[in-house]
Amino acid sequence: MKIAVLIKQVPDTAEERTLVPATGWLDRAAADSLVDEINERALETALQVKDADKSTEVVVLAMGPEEAAKAIRKALSMGADSGIHVLDGGLAGADARRTAAVLAAALRGVNADVVLAGNESTDGRGGVVPAMVAEHLGLPLVGGLNSVELGGGTVCGERSSDTGSLNVSAPLPAVVTVTERSAEARFPNFKGILTAKRKPVTTLSLAELELPATPARAVVLAHSERPPREAGRKITDDGTAGTQLAGFLIENRLV
Amino acid sequence: MTARTDEQDAMVEMVRDFAANALAPHTAEWDENKHFPVDVLAEAGTLGMGGIYVGEEHGGSGLSRSDAVLIFEELAAVDPTIAAYISIHNMVAWMIDAFGNSEQRAAWLPGITAMTELTSYCLSEPGVGSDAAALTMRAVRDGDDYILNGTKQFISGAGTSAWYLVMVRTADLGSRGITAVVVPAGTPGLSFGANEKKMGWRAQPTRQVVFEDVRIPVSNRLGEEGDGFGIAMKGLNGGRVNIGACSLGGGRAALEKSIAYLKERQAFGGPLIDKQHLLFEIAQMDTELEVSRTMLMRAAEALDTGAPDTVKLCAMAKLVATDAGFRVANQALQLHGGYGYLSEYGLEKLVRDLRVHQILEGSNEIMRLIVGRLAVERQ
Repeated sequence: MKIAVLIKQVPDTAEERTLVPATGWLDRAAADSLVDEINERALETALQVKDADKSTEVVVLAMGPEEAAKAIRKALSMGADSGIHVLDGGLAGADARRTAAVLAAALRGVNADVVLAGNESTDGRGGVVPAMVAEHLGLPLVGGLNSVELGGGTVCGERSSDTGSLNVSAPLPAVVTVTERSAEARFPNFKGILTAKRKPVTTLSLAELELPATPARAVVLAHSERPPREAGRKITDDGTAGTQLAGFLIENRLV
Repeated sequence: MTARTDEQDAMVEMVRDFAANALAPHTAEWDENKHFPVDVLAEAGTLGMGGIYVGEEHGGSGLSRSDAVLIFEELAAVDPTIAAYISIHNMVAWMIDAFGNSEQRAAWLPGITAMTELTSYCLSEPGVGSDAAALTMRAVRDGDDYILNGTKQFISGAGTSAWYLVMVRTADLGSRGITAVVVPAGTPGLSFGANEKKMGWRAQPTRQVVFEDVRIPVSNRLGEEGDGFGIAMKGLNGGRVNIGACSLGGGRAALEKSIAYLKERQAFGGPLIDKQHLLFEIAQMDTELEVSRTMLMRAAEALDTGAPDTVKLCAMAKLVATDAGFRVANQALQLHGGYGYLSEYGLEKLVRDLRVHQILEGSNEIMRLIVGRLAVERQ
């Protein structure tokens, strides 16, 4: 089986994350960049298939600036076989629509049985790119899985909803996304770190993908800092505090 | 000394993540309950920490001594006790890899490098510490076997380890009469003393190892009869650098905690870090740790290249780094005032853990003896 895993390099959530005022783009200098944890979980899902069947081939695909090569290297050190880096200055500030079209173009050359991704990134949190990629490729999207089973020409897994859980399945090829409840990613071992630099990484430009350098359609017009947290509401018990508390929880769908 | 490579950065990042996830949430509890986390050590084994500078043939990671310094610093920045045990285990793994024959390496190293089989280094005896050449534990040849009798003291991992690398006397020829043998756990006649009550290093067991007519095959001997002292000392060269790196890591953690605390703690109308005498103290601590790091890297390079002054540089690095680590941790406790004395803040554990690094792997007095003798011999 051939599995493609989508990898996005994001700023470390433990650090200050900011946007560049003029462009509304991510300020990459403000925080360390790393592989999005949700992508590492997607990769873990792929690597577990490879653990069980060594003939499995895992390809990671990232679109991003030069530095995204580091994210690909990390994925290779964890056990992926090869990487594809879509690198083109014309992609700076790409919106979800543009990103999905480019990723889909790159995936066409991969011929993967499964495209695995996180359900949403920790920075943009749009959660739409995998669905758009599936649309471009004409593949079913099996999104938001807590657990994934791949094999026998199908993907199946469990998805949570507000009221319960669903067992879903689809024939392969398919695009599959995982949630934070899927398997926790492994650490790369020393051997993996040392062999990562010998694994092949293909760099592709827009021209090589035969895509025009069109600008993003969605742009940030304005943005403002998150306001400081305000003190919460205080309930003084006049005999009805319990009811008021319960009302608050119900109203905000916290129970 | 060269700048870190991308691979070294990736290794440091991995070890830091591992330590933050697998060690940090538990270190206080392990210390308090004297829990030796063998499951976590096995996890460290899957990442390649069981044979850091052991060849790849039998599961080692094939890294350099400089890589090992970086790795032990990161582990110890979270827990010096666990880092130090891993350092001892690596010393034994390397000795078997370096001095074992191909059958011994193939039989013993896979489990050792995976850390599913832990090891203990048995040199000190109840009456023999720094004067290692005077050790008294006997091995008597009996056909194709040795029969071992005697007691080893202060043995890390004893009772849990699968393999004991033991220095025994096979002839009354001083240091030239010492032989290295490997004793598997479960051998009849092998027993252990009580888990010692200690100031620090509480998350790893320290016991006496007692040998009463323990019979092992001659094929469990590393090298030839009489090679033991040389093997023990060569192992210790690397052990000294590693334990120095553990002191560096613990000291760095203490320094980082101190800087954060002095910036936050308000007294006499401002944050304490505004007091110049405290800033100077931070400068002194930082400098001592950087000197240690430099000495450790220089010694590690000497080990990697087989430089003629390896013994001296390893002894100097151990002396400098373990003294610095303890002093920095102790000073950090002082900077934290009363809070430093509370277990919750983690400073007193660093002080307790790092104190023993000045005593073991050759006490710092022995380091001065080695350095001093070499200096005098050169003239």
